[in-house]
Amino acid sequence: MSQIGVSPRGAERFWVIVLLLPTLLGLALGAFGSIAATIGISLFQWDLLSPAKWVGFDNYLALPENRNFLKALGNTALFSAIYVPATLSISLVVAVLLNQRIRGVSLFRLIYFIPVVTSPTAVGLVWTWIYSKDKGVLNAIITTFGGDPVHWLGSDMALYSVVIVNVWGAIGEGMIIFLGGLQAIPRDVYEAATIDGASRFQQFLAVTIPMLLPSIFFQAVLCTIHAFQAFDYVYILTQTGNGGSSLPMLVFNIYREGFNYFRMGNASAQSVVLAVIVLSLTLIYSRLNKRWGQG
Amino acid sequence: MSVVTASAPATELPTTAFLAKHLRENLWFYLVLLAGGVLMVAPFVWMVSTALKPAADQFTRDLIPRQITFENFGKAWELMEFQHLVWNSFRIAALSTIGQVVTCSMGAFVFAIVRFKGRDLLFLVLLATLMVPYQMTVIPQFIIFKTFGLYGTDVPLYLPSFLGGAFGVFLLRQYFRTIPLELLEAARLDGASLFRIYFSIYLPLAKPALAALAIFAFMSSWNDLFSALIYLPSDLEKTTLPVGLALFQRLYRAQWALMMAAVIISIAPIIVAFFFAQKQFIQGFAATGIK
Repeated sequence: MSQIGVSPRGAERFWVIVLLLPTLLGLALGAFGSIAATIGISLFQWDLLSPAKWVGFDNYLALPENRNFLKALGNTALFSAIYVPATLSISLVVAVLLNQRIRGVSLFRLIYFIPVVTSPTAVGLVWTWIYSKDKGVLNAIITTFGGDPVHWLGSDMALYSVVIVNVWGAIGEGMIIFLGGLQAIPRDVYEAATIDGASRFQQFLAVTIPMLLPSIFFQAVLCTIHAFQAFDYVYILTQTGNGGSSLPMLVFNIYREGFNYFRMGNASAQSVVLAVIVLSLTLIYSRLNKRWGQG
Repeated sequence: MSVVTASAPATELPTTAFLAKHLRENLWFYLVLLAGGVLMVAPFVWMVSTALKPAADQFTRDLIPRQITFENFGKAWELMEFQHLVWNSFRIAALSTIGQVVTCSMGAFVFAIVRFKGRDLLFLVLLATLMVPYQMTVIPQFIIFKTFGLYGTDVPLYLPSFLGGAFGVFLLRQYFRTIPLELLEAARLDGASLFRIYFSIYLPLAKPALAALAIFAFMSSWNDLFSALIYLPSDLEKTTLPVGLALFQRLYRAQWALMMAAVIISIAPIIVAFFFAQKQFIQGFAATGIK
């Protein structure tokens, strides 16, 4: 790759270093230093009060027997398995509809985007009200039609209820990414397809999807990261009286272990597992993208 | 960088016949979008409806309150002493925004226009940090801040913003690259230092991108629950809006009308800003999708 730009001379080198310093510090301390430290801490038992004690891989070896961790892992996996495809497909459909020659596009775009900018904590409270078992509007609608009230945020339903809120909050972001991708597709490709007699749906399958694959893979990576990091809505919607959760997920677990119980080694080990899972999924996506996306 | 624009509507003024035909041809598109749109705004509508009901009416199912009152806002404000929460959130978000705009623009300037060995590799490494989950870095940072006696203060909430960041550097670098290099060369011939060029030429020309980054940084900080939860005491005078709302939920269980008023108070600034600066808000998110 040939580089664009100018080569620094004399005193300019000084300014290059000064200007780059915060970014370099951030990379060294914030990113790599912290990652290395997290891995290091995961090999200790440490409550921040007494000195850290070396335990080797014990924190990791204890994880398969840690029921809270397994539950959280299972919840997070199921959550992601629903959240990622749901968010991707709904935001893709919305983006495709908004990319038609229709009116009111900017109004719709505004409406779909509002949940992306509003605080999940605040909006999460609105959803707890909607989901409320006794007086919530959702159960009011259900009972009006003769159904039985549902315990939306109880441990049986919480996962689905929380996924719905997370998807609702993420559609706008996916829509914007896909709209960007769609508008990069030249119009004449569609015109050619129309002349060949392809219906709108056939065009969607034969033109839109293949040309949008890089965006779809990129968004899949982002959605997966979001899913594995889901915290705010989980915290607000599912917290129980004792500080636990009716839907413990990985990040909620890490939060409890690390910052409520101060089991730093244990929390770090869980963070490393989380990071390894996210990294592996990202690698799988990028492999798939290489094979299909640019084929 | 590409700004997402609406597809072009018909150029001439539409006649009723044209509109009717247009509607008929695209009926399904409109219906689906409209149904989706209703689902997107329904929680907000219900929020406003509840907040306007007197406490005695909060469990009525009317969408339009029988009696409209604004007393919930004043009551919620007093109960929660919102002035502290709002000020804390605002101060931290403003400092984070300054940190991001200053340090990301500095880094982005170098990555955009200065040639040096290993630049592209370094940039790729920086971008790769976008994929690192936040939890991978938060524990050592927590320990460091605690060691320096900053646990319980607001420093850990804004200080990291002064160390650049992949997203901001990426967003601004894209924009800086659209500025013609001739400007830079001319300034260099006149003997301007790189800092001068950055400060007097690049920053002023990149105002739209800086605005998009500023809005993004402000919003992220304003909405951030996790950091406030781990660093700040759960005390209405010291913490931020998201934690304050979480506390409200525990303190005033089932006082929905009050709670919805509190929610509106906390999201109003962002919503108002969003309606006025929709383009800048969306730009920040759109930038992540461009490669």
